[in-house]
Parts: sequence; structure tokens; C-alpha cells
Amino acid sequence: MARNVSTRRKLVVTVVAWTVGILIFFPILWTFLTSFKTEAQAIASPPSLLFFDWTTENYHEVQSRSDYFKHFMNSVVVSFGSTLLGLVIAIPSAWAMAFAPTKRTKDVLMWMLSTKMMPPVGVLVPMYLMFRNTGLLDTRTGLVIVLTLINLPIIIWMLYTYFKEIPGEILEAARMDGASLSKEIIYVLTPMAIPGIASTLLLNIILAWNEAFWTLNLSAAKAAPLTAFIASYSSPEGLFYAKLSAASTMAIAPILILGWFSQKQLVRGLTFGAVK
Amino acid sequence: MNLRTFLLGTCSAVALAGLAQAETLTIATVNNGDMIRMQKLTDDFTSKNPDIQLEWVTLEENVLRQRVTTDIATKGGQYDIMTIGTYEVPIWAKQGWLLPLDNLGADYDVDDLLPAIRSGLTIDGKLYAAPFYGESSMVMYRKDLFEKAGLTMPDAPTWDFIAEAARKITDKDNEIYGICLRGKAGWGENMAFLTATANAFGARWFDEKWTPQFDQPEWKNALDFYVKLMNDAGPPGASSNGFNENLSLFQTGKCGMWIDATVAASFVTNPKESTVADKVGFALAPDTGLGKRGNWLWAWNLAVPAGTQKADAAQKFIAWATGKDYLKLVAEKEGWANVPPGTRTSLYENPEYQKAAPFAKMTLDSINAADPKNPAVKPVPYVGVQFVAIPEFQGLGTAVGQQFSAALAGQMSVDQALASAQQLTTREMTKAGYIK
Repeated sequence: MARNVSTRRKLVVTVVAWTVGILIFFPILWTFLTSFKTEAQAIASPPSLLFFDWTTENYHEVQSRSDYFKHFMNSVVVSFGSTLLGLVIAIPSAWAMAFAPTKRTKDVLMWMLSTKMMPPVGVLVPMYLMFRNTGLLDTRTGLVIVLTLINLPIIIWMLYTYFKEIPGEILEAARMDGASLSKEIIYVLTPMAIPGIASTLLLNIILAWNEAFWTLNLSAAKAAPLTAFIASYSSPEGLFYAKLSAASTMAIAPILILGWFSQKQLVRGLTFGAVK
Repeated sequence: MNLRTFLLGTCSAVALAGLAQAETLTIATVNNGDMIRMQKLTDDFTSKNPDIQLEWVTLEENVLRQRVTTDIATKGGQYDIMTIGTYEVPIWAKQGWLLPLDNLGADYDVDDLLPAIRSGLTIDGKLYAAPFYGESSMVMYRKDLFEKAGLTMPDAPTWDFIAEAARKITDKDNEIYGICLRGKAGWGENMAFLTATANAFGARWFDEKWTPQFDQPEWKNALDFYVKLMNDAGPPGASSNGFNENLSLFQTGKCGMWIDATVAASFVTNPKESTVADKVGFALAPDTGLGKRGNWLWAWNLAVPAGTQKADAAQKFIAWATGKDYLKLVAEKEGWANVPPGTRTSLYENPEYQKAAPFAKMTLDSINAADPKNPAVKPVPYVGVQFVAIPEFQGLGTAVGQQFSAALAGQMSVDQALASAQQLTTREMTKAGYIK
């Protein structure tokens, strides 16, 4: 039986949810508004929220100064490429851990997560040398590889949690009917896990899109994604807030739109397993 | 093989050879006005050198520093030209990371470079980087506020006068503060200002044996003076103000005086950005009568990393970007006021430039007054006015800067800040092997 929720309680919850939502969204809104101000208005104190002379000058300036499309394409290739490659590796491994666990499986999962515990700058120089020696510096292939490696633990963990919810008997039945291992994974497991895979895919595209340490350090001119595009608009001397805001808005817009359309899957992906 | 295939084959071979000949230079640079302007004007270079193409990597200063340091230290070879500061040049040249610029062409006129700037970039008689623009620091002040308070700013003020004037101008009820100075912690933020100022007070970072000098009375005088002055006449929250914060305070009319980079002059006198554009006067950075002024010396320079395969093309570009003709090109396209300052004597002799840039003389005098090889009143073992050109300084400067910023914020006393600065500097310098 559903619990009786009083109107007052509903009201309080609604107000709290909206407040938290607005608080979290505020920096993005502020960036968006600042991108339409002049540099002088952008630093004015007290700042004006809506009542200023709206201008698109910053967008023109950013357009004329840098090649947005090149950076955008690099971001798309790197984030989609690394996520897809990651899924190809992660689906079989998550299958193994979910349906054929050994007594070491828990340790392996923990160990994979532990690679995320070291600050990345700690391995910057060895990584840089490896990339230099293999000719991967400033290539999209190189960035795809490094982002795959970085996000792989998260992808495996997410898929593992999801696969655990699928009854093993169904796979067993497929095996009884004579399905080979690859067929079992491709035709039986994957279709059932599509919602979980979709949310993993989305979350990892967002993570890869926003990754700013490796993409900045391992790229130069050719493979630089949108993170480098943003970094070129900050400056310790001189006024830059408005232009930086315009560049940031342009950089986050595609992923924001993608997130908007896939809200349902995202929320499901982030909360699955939470009711266990 | 028929004739058509043969011709096609020849054509593509020629085309391929042509492609192979066009060299692409990758240039790493910082995001500031003069550099961005250069990127817009490069058609002039590529039309004169059709076999060279340019690719730009523009990054924020700190990101750029990390990025190019990783690349040059591992000989990654990602860049053919790097934009680096006066701090890096002597360190990197000694490591063998930079190629000497010995092929800049006959009409480059190296002797025209300002001696103070050039000496910081020359190691063992060889030029390792060419200055793109140079800067020092100076006093910018509000003529109208000075007039109202019945004060006259001398061309070469003392710190005592600055302090007296700052206290007189301050009108906290109307949000007017006598003086705005850097307080945000960082080796390139508050420590640039404080190290240069300490020079004027007779202090130094190290004695000839690399012993830290924060326990000496000169440092106490300097820091005491700074903290008291900022408490009496500075804006609230000054311990988190850097260049940009002070710029915005000054531009909105809240500062009576601001002592900072000469490059700020063109911002505060720009009527599009500044509400006080027509009321700004300039003076040399103050002294205390000991013979040194608290003005620093900095230049952004173009250098060629040792890992590049395209050294000749890179030098050709550097000769174009830092040559005399480039200054003329900017003047033609964007006006004399936008010419990158602080690198060439001939620019300051140009009457058109003097007319367009009211701060020209003060900038030149400030740069000439700085001496990176003898920055302090007492002898020192290091090069650098507002920094110490050793690899450890970035970390040290920032750590000491945090102590001084805390003293300004009132979280610790001046004595405590100096004691911990002395302690941490001694520890780091012993670890690094300077102190035996």
C-alpha cells in the first residue's frame, strides 16, 4: 500500500528539490549569461543578472579566433571512440565476473577500481614517454586509448552491477539450447542489458567529453579536443571572462543537449542497484 | 604503361613532393592580447614564406607552462616554437633544452633589443630566446584623486610618500581605497610583487651561500610595511587579489594607486573598458633610497626547443615575429598603441609611438631601471628581479607566498609568516643540495 503523503510534505520536498536543482545549475546559467556580456560588464561588481546590453560579440570573436569545428570533431571522435572501445572490452569481462565468479572476483574488481585512486599527474611523465616512443602524441588514436584505459574500471563496474540483476538461468537456458559463448553474449545477454549498456555509454561519453587532464597534456595542435579550446581562453593578465564563458558554453552545449535527451536512461543508470 | 598513366603518376609524384616540402611549425603560446594579434597577422609571414605553414596551440599561462615543460623535459618534440618567460630561459638553456638563436638573419639587429631584456635571455654570450614583448612594473594613479587630496605624484616616488598618499586618499565609506596591491598567493602573483618590493627595502632571498634571508630585518621591514599599508588603505579581501582582480577594481574607480605590470597601462587607459581612462597618471615603482626600485622585469619570449626537426624554419618565424618590421606591421594595421612594447630601443625613439602611448617613457624607464643580474642591494647568487631563476623557485615561491598571503589576511603575524618562510625555504634548499 502506498504511503500517505501529506500536501505539506510534498510542498517541502518540491521546494527543496528545486532549490538544490537551481543551486547546481546556477554556475552553468551564470556562464551562459556572462557569455552575452561585454568584458567590462562581466567583471562589474555588483554584477547584473539580466539587465545588461546583450551582445553576441564574444561568440563572433571566439569563432574568428579558433577552429571550433575541428575541436568539436576531435571531442566527438575521442569520447565516442573511447566509450565504444571500452564497451567492447568491458562487456565480456563484466559477463565473466557476473556469471562465472571465482573467489578472487571481488578482489579483481577492487583492484581495477584502485587504478582510479592515484592522481593522474603521478604517471604523466612515463605515459608521455610511452606516447612519444610509439608516435601517439597528439593523435586521436592515442587519446582514444588513454581515455579507454581511464574509464574502463567505471564501465566494468557499472555493467557488472547491471548484469548481476539479470537472472543467470536465462543464460543457462540459452546454453542448453546450444548457444556458443559468443552467441550467448551477443544475442541473449546484450539485448537484455540494453538499458544498462545505454546508460553506461552515455555516462562515459560525458566523462570522456569533460576529461581535461590527459586530453590537454597529450595533445598539441592536431588532436586537441574542446578542453584545449576552453583552455585557450583563460589568461592571468587581462580581461577574459566573457570570451571564456562563450567558449565554455559552446563546448558544453552538445553534451548538455545529449544529456537532456537521454535523461531517463541516465537517471536509471545512476540509480540502478540502489534498491537492492 | 600508356602515356596517360605515366602523366598521372608524374603529377601525383610532384604533388606529393610539394606537400612534403611545405613545413608546418607548431607554435605554443599564451593567451594574451599581443599574442592573439600576432596570430591574426601571420598572413604576412606565410605570404613571404609560402613553404611554411603555422599551427597554433594557445593555452592559459599555467597550463602552457606544465604542457611545454613536460614536452621539453622528455624531448617530446611536439612544438617547434615555444613561448616562455624570462624565468625559464636561463634554466632551460643550461639544461641544453633550447637551441641558440644564431640564424636570425642579417637585418634582425640584435643590438636594438633593450639591454635589460636581452641580458636575461643571453647565456654565455648566446641568445637563447627572442623577446616578443617585455614589461616592468610601475605606479598607476588617479590624477583626480591626487588633486582632490592636494598631493602631487613625483616621477620617482618613495615608499614613504606612497604610503602617506594612500592613507590620505582612502575613503572607505565611498569604497575608495588608497592602494591596490597583489595579495593572492603564488610565485607569479604576490611573490612577484613582494620579491621586487623587498629588493627596494634592501632584502634578498638568499645570501651568497644560498642561505635564506627571511630572518633578516630587511624582510621584516618590507613585509611589515606592506601588511600595515594594506590594512589601512587597501581594499577588503586583498589577500585574494591578483592582477585581474586589481585591474577590475582600478577600472571601476575603486583604487587611488595600483602598482603592477606596465602592460596594465593600456588596459586602464582604454575608454572601452575603464571608467577612469582619462584620469590615470604613471610613475616609477617606489624606492626607499637604497638605490634599488621595486620594479620587476619580465618578457614573453619565443624559443626553439632542442627536440625540433625544423630549426631553420622556426628561426625564420622568430625573426619575423620579433623583428622591426613586425612592429611596423602592427602599427599599420592596428595603430601604434597596440604595438608589443618593451623589446626594442628603436620603438621608444619613434615619435609616432611616443605620441600614441602616453605610458611609453615610463615603461622604458622602468625596464631600464631593472637589473636581473644584480637585483638586490646586497650581492646575490641568483639571476632574476621578481623571481630566483632556479628550478625549485616555482614551488618555493608559492609556498612562501601562501605564508605572506596568510599574514595579509590576518591569519598569522608577520613574524610567524617570516619564521615559517625561513624554515620551509631552508628545508627545501637543503634537500635540493644548495645548502651543504
